[in-house]
Amino acid sequence: MPAVTVRDLTRRFGPFLAVDHVSFDVEQGEIFGFLGSNGAGKSTTIRMLCGLLKPSSGTATVGGIDVGRDPEGVKRRIGYMSQRFSLYELLTVEENITFFGGLYGLDDRTLAERRAFALDMAGLKGRERTLTRDLAGGWRQRLALGCAILHEPRILFLDEPTGGVDPVSRRQFWLLINRLSESGVTVFVTTHYLDEAEHCHRLALMHSGRIAALGTVSELKNVFAKRAVVEVRTASPMEAVRALDDLPSVEKTSLFGTALHVWLRPGQRATEPLRERLDGLGIHAESLEFVQPSLEDVFMDVVERAGGTAA
Amino acid sequence: MRRLLFLIRKEFQELRRNPRMFPVIFVAPVVQLAILGYAATTDVKNVPIVVVDADRSPVSRDLIGKFEGSPYFSVVDVTSNDGDVQREIESRRAWMALTIPPGYGDAIRNRRPVTVQIVADGSDSNSAGVGLAYASSLIAEKAAEIALQRRPPGAPTIGSIEARIRVWFNPQLLSQHFMVPGVLALLLMVITTVLGAMSVVREKELGTLEQLNVTPLKRWELTVGKLLPFGVIGIIDVLLVVAVAVLWFEIPLRGSFPLLFGLSLVYLLCTLGLGLFVSTISQSQQQAMMTAVFFFMFPMIYLSGFIFPIENMPAPIRPFTYLIPLRYYLVIVRGIFLKGVGLEAFWKDALLMLGWGVGVLMLATFRSKKTLG
Ligand SMILES: Nc1ncnc2c1ncn2[C@@H]1O[C@H](COP(=O)(O)OP(=O)(O)OP(=O)(O)O)[C@@H](O)[C@H]1O
Ligand SMILES: [Mg+2]
Repeated sequence: MPAVTVRDLTRRFGPFLAVDHVSFDVEQGEIFGFLGSNGAGKSTTIRMLCGLLKPSSGTATVGGIDVGRDPEGVKRRIGYMSQRFSLYELLTVEENITFFGGLYGLDDRTLAERRAFALDMAGLKGRERTLTRDLAGGWRQRLALGCAILHEPRILFLDEPTGGVDPVSRRQFWLLINRLSESGVTVFVTTHYLDEAEHCHRLALMHSGRIAALGTVSELKNVFAKRAVVEVRTASPMEAVRALDDLPSVEKTSLFGTALHVWLRPGQRATEPLRERLDGLGIHAESLEFVQPSLEDVFMDVVERAGGTAA
Repeated sequence: MRRLLFLIRKEFQELRRNPRMFPVIFVAPVVQLAILGYAATTDVKNVPIVVVDADRSPVSRDLIGKFEGSPYFSVVDVTSNDGDVQREIESRRAWMALTIPPGYGDAIRNRRPVTVQIVADGSDSNSAGVGLAYASSLIAEKAAEIALQRRPPGAPTIGSIEARIRVWFNPQLLSQHFMVPGVLALLLMVITTVLGAMSVVREKELGTLEQLNVTPLKRWELTVGKLLPFGVIGIIDVLLVVAVAVLWFEIPLRGSFPLLFGLSLVYLLCTLGLGLFVSTISQSQQQAMMTAVFFFMFPMIYLSGFIFPIENMPAPIRPFTYLIPLRYYLVIVRGIFLKGVGLEAFWKDALLMLGWGVGVLMLATFRSKKTLG
């Protein structure tokens, strides 16, 4: 039985459809990623699954329990880290752990055990008496994760757990998530970071309240496998976009960080026409090379086809 | 139950670490009380007074001389025209007026009782109160002198001067004794309503409330756990303010302390419930504070009889004062403190206050459920 099943889950805020008939399953022990731009409806979905928000229509079960019928039952079985920092800044590391452990009804012995575990996991041994306010971002997030799993939930919902955290800390955080998943915990995680999404077993791309694409990372990338993407590095990318857009061999172009990604039409594999066009217009290109389509390419493509713009 | 204890302990841990909390909770009440208390006892000297001497006899001039000789008064004008009084007091040239009626001299000479009138501008209630006290004692002194001088041995002690006192603009002179019990009511409201509301909204703002909502914590546990710590603080403040009032300002507590304490708890129910309600209609701490202060506390202060006596309010406004718990609590506190009366005198107020508290708590709990969506 899947850990999470979602069928036609919908949430309205007034006339606005924040989540629009979303359906998917999450398998036990899976790391399931939810990717989407700002306002896509990721948090709204996660909050419905955690029993924090009533669905307008549709059903969802978490750990076999119907969220609409028994939100309290769901709450007892899950761990949740909200998008915002969820610990008390004026409490020490230890006080935060004790507090949340107490709320989850752990007895003294279990609480002591889990406290040691959480401190170890967050790398905060020896800093029990530090005010949470004084912790750096990475430690805070790991402590928040520790506090969310004190009661050993089998399903974990993480809403942008690594927002605003440096890359090294993000890597560490994902190691923890992998470890949890290996121990059989189902992890449902949302993120803005495409590089993070590559850690997920499966991904759902969400856009404007709908799931625009769903699959493993390689499945999603395969959408583009047969086509070539050329990365063009130039000092004047905007002009280059205009110059290349109407070439017959080019399907589309998109700005990609400081570079430009040019999608060739199926069957096309030559870079010379691009080079000629740019030279002809006096646009200097530092390099032109084939690249593997990234998740960001996929994401941009999905969003474009869904007829919106990504943040 | 155990969860509740964890929640309450956490609240106190946070309060203890918040550097602004201690002064707000424990120092501010004493400071406020001190300011109000001392402002009310400040010595007043050279109170400008206008005298209407309708008698124009040596005896009346003798009384005027008494005022002229006192360091507490300076006689700004002696006139025989009653109309001057109004003008002089309205223009604040004089704060008080003494009117000596025609026939005053005769009455004194014939040892008949006679009445002089003193008018005081009550808009500056403190000076007026002090001035009136001085004036009364001067007149009493004069009366005693006359009685001694002119009384033949064995004659009855009639023939004194009675001062008929009228206060304009603020007939219910606010004195220190009147003020301090009111401060108690006000302070409790400020501390529990505002701080309680802000503490709940703070968790909403920071996102910790959502984290609490995903734990198995029950709604009532959350409500009680958030409000109880502020209730405790309120109780400490009640004790503090009563102690300072009784021991420092020597305001007699004539009625029963346990009764005062018990009804203060009922009042705390109202203020905490109001705080919770404010938290359900506010999105930020600042908004919570503004809402609590401007939409609830100011109107309550004005309409409760704390500043303007309810009897002086226009009739259409008066019914609204029944909506205000502060009104009931003021009646109770002043009753217990100053008059020494018990429940038999204000059981209706106590019941209405209890009803208000239970009502607002229910409304707030209901609303906080709904806002979860
Ligand atoms: N309580 C609410 N009332 C009204 N509108 C809401 C509410 N919560 C969310 N929305 C709206 O629903 C949409 C989806 O919001 P949601 O928070 O789910 O997006 P998100 O994908 O998590 O975005 P982000 O990446 O910025 O966190 C947004 O347009 C948001 O403004
Ligand atoms: Mg979000």
